[in-house]
Amino acid sequence: MNNKKLIGNGFRFFIYGLVIAFVAWAIYNQYFSYIFSQSSTFLVLLRQHFVLVLVSSVLAILIAVPAGIVITRPKFRKAEWLITNIVNFGQTIPSLAVLALMISVLGIGFNTAVFALFIYSILPIFRNTVAGLDTIDPNLIDAAKGMGMKPSQILFRIELPNAVYSILAGIRTAVVLNIGTAALAYVVGGGGLGVWIFTGIQLFDNGFLISGAIPVTIMAILADYLLRKLENVLVPKGAREVSNT
Amino acid sequence: MITFNQVTKKYSSEKTAVKNVDFTVDEGKIVVLLGPSGCGKTTLLRMVNRLESITEGSIVIDDEDSMDLDAIELRRKIGYVIQSNGLFPNMTIEENVMIVPDLLGWNKKKKTERFTYLMKLIGLDPKIYKKRYPHELSGGQQQRIGVVRALAADPPVMLMDEPFGALDPIIREKIQDEFLQIQREVKKTILFVSHDIDEAIKMADKIMLLRDGEIMQYDTPSEMLTHPKNDFVNQFFGKDRAIKSLSLHTVKDLQEVIGLAEMDESIYDTKTINVNQDLRNTLSMLLNQEADQVIVTNDEGKRIGSITIDLVQKYLHFEIKGKLSVSQEG
Ligand SMILES: Nc1ncnc2c1ncn2[C@@H]1O[C@H](COP(=O)(O)OP(=O)(O)O)[C@@H](O)[C@H]1O
Ligand SMILES: [Mg+2]
Repeated sequence: MNNKKLIGNGFRFFIYGLVIAFVAWAIYNQYFSYIFSQSSTFLVLLRQHFVLVLVSSVLAILIAVPAGIVITRPKFRKAEWLITNIVNFGQTIPSLAVLALMISVLGIGFNTAVFALFIYSILPIFRNTVAGLDTIDPNLIDAAKGMGMKPSQILFRIELPNAVYSILAGIRTAVVLNIGTAALAYVVGGGGLGVWIFTGIQLFDNGFLISGAIPVTIMAILADYLLRKLENVLVPKGAREVSNT
Repeated sequence: MITFNQVTKKYSSEKTAVKNVDFTVDEGKIVVLLGPSGCGKTTLLRMVNRLESITEGSIVIDDEDSMDLDAIELRRKIGYVIQSNGLFPNMTIEENVMIVPDLLGWNKKKKTERFTYLMKLIGLDPKIYKKRYPHELSGGQQQRIGVVRALAADPPVMLMDEPFGALDPIIREKIQDEFLQIQREVKKTILFVSHDIDEAIKMADKIMLLRDGEIMQYDTPSEMLTHPKNDFVNQFFGKDRAIKSLSLHTVKDLQEVIGLAEMDESIYDTKTINVNQDLRNTLSMLLNQEADQVIVTNDEGKRIGSITIDLVQKYLHFEIKGKLSVSQEG
């Protein structure tokens, strides 16, 4: 376990190193000049990007976590394969197809972008919620029931605390992916840092490209870091040790 | 007291797990449900706290039909221990032990007092273990916690499903002894599932032997060993049941019936054994000993005689063969 951790950390630092080297190279070539020369535009795009990610992620969490909880209740167990298949199927539709579909319904703009990102965030969160709840030892549930805990008490005191590690991992995956994918919002007129990235690509202007792409990368790394910190706060100490072994 | 009135459990129209079971567990006694795997022990146990529904018949706990109570309320009045201890990894030892008192709304002071009392009962320091988590404890300690957790709200009735089944033999024996000690103090009415004959003989006031959901015999361990009702019981306890029955008797019992042998004063380095030791252990001690006698001491440590393999054999013969009169040669 420690070896794995070591390799994981080593790998993460290697990536951080690469990013820093890249940023240094970009600074050296003055590729960030747009962030300063057009700082008001930059802030607007940054805020748009952030809001896109935030709204779509929060919506996805609000839908996927309760859905995962409901589907693992004994009453609904039989429907699990059905829901899982629907969600899996949703994931296999190409992003562009989803976007095209959404444009025809919601038109072009922020809503469409949020909706598409929301759809893409649901699966990892849902899947990890179900997996986290499913891997709880049925003997624990039996003991809880046998001691006279009500179903809601079992859910909130036993199941969720022991599944929160897995649920948070799903949320982290979804949010980090979401930050990257949100660059595509530009395509449907949703704004965000994708605007500069795509402008850069179209004009062969490294300055625009990098002024858009680097903040997106930093945002993703930051989100990953903060959500890992959140794990330390939310996962109960005992459950943490268990899920690490 | 738990009374089973013609209890039947059908999981489906073809699968009957328990058939017309009718018996009573007396107040403060341990009844061990014994039998081969799949004979319906767990099912029978789980019908008491309604984790399984009862298909026919009824179970009455202290004059109250189990179906008259709300299932949640009923379960909080019944201690429940399972083989895999069922401790919640996200909770500290104190939180785990205090679950039922917590559900019942006890105040903090009462809970702390109770926790301290319970931990002392199993010889674990409450201060040290309070904030620990289950994974930080050994298997034996976890199982002890599982047992006191069931005792936490002082329920009159306990259900234990192979509670010591996952422990290695040495620790198992120790915890069995410890549990019997606790039972002498708390005097619960206990249904205890086991598939281990030795455990059943040791723990039970009465054994209920089951086969395919039906009662084969319901008796005290010694009755079961000496007077098996049918071939199944006979075969289940096996050829060495006479030797097994020895663990039900102490050196003192032997002394009272046929007396001890005189001490051979020329032997000084021979081992000694307490008069309250059971005869099975005594026999294995004799068999491991080069000399053919072991000195018996009373509780004050005074040597009161000696015991030999011959004597144990004589006593065994006497016990098994329907209490034949044995001339007292001592
Ligand atoms: N939930 C269930 N559904 C169907 N059959 C069951 C169920 N639980 C137990 N059984 C069957 O009932 C019988 C008794 O099981 P059980 O009470 O677990 O036996 P034991 O505890 O003595 O090993 C077995 O044949 C078992 O397969
Ligand atoms: Mg069983």
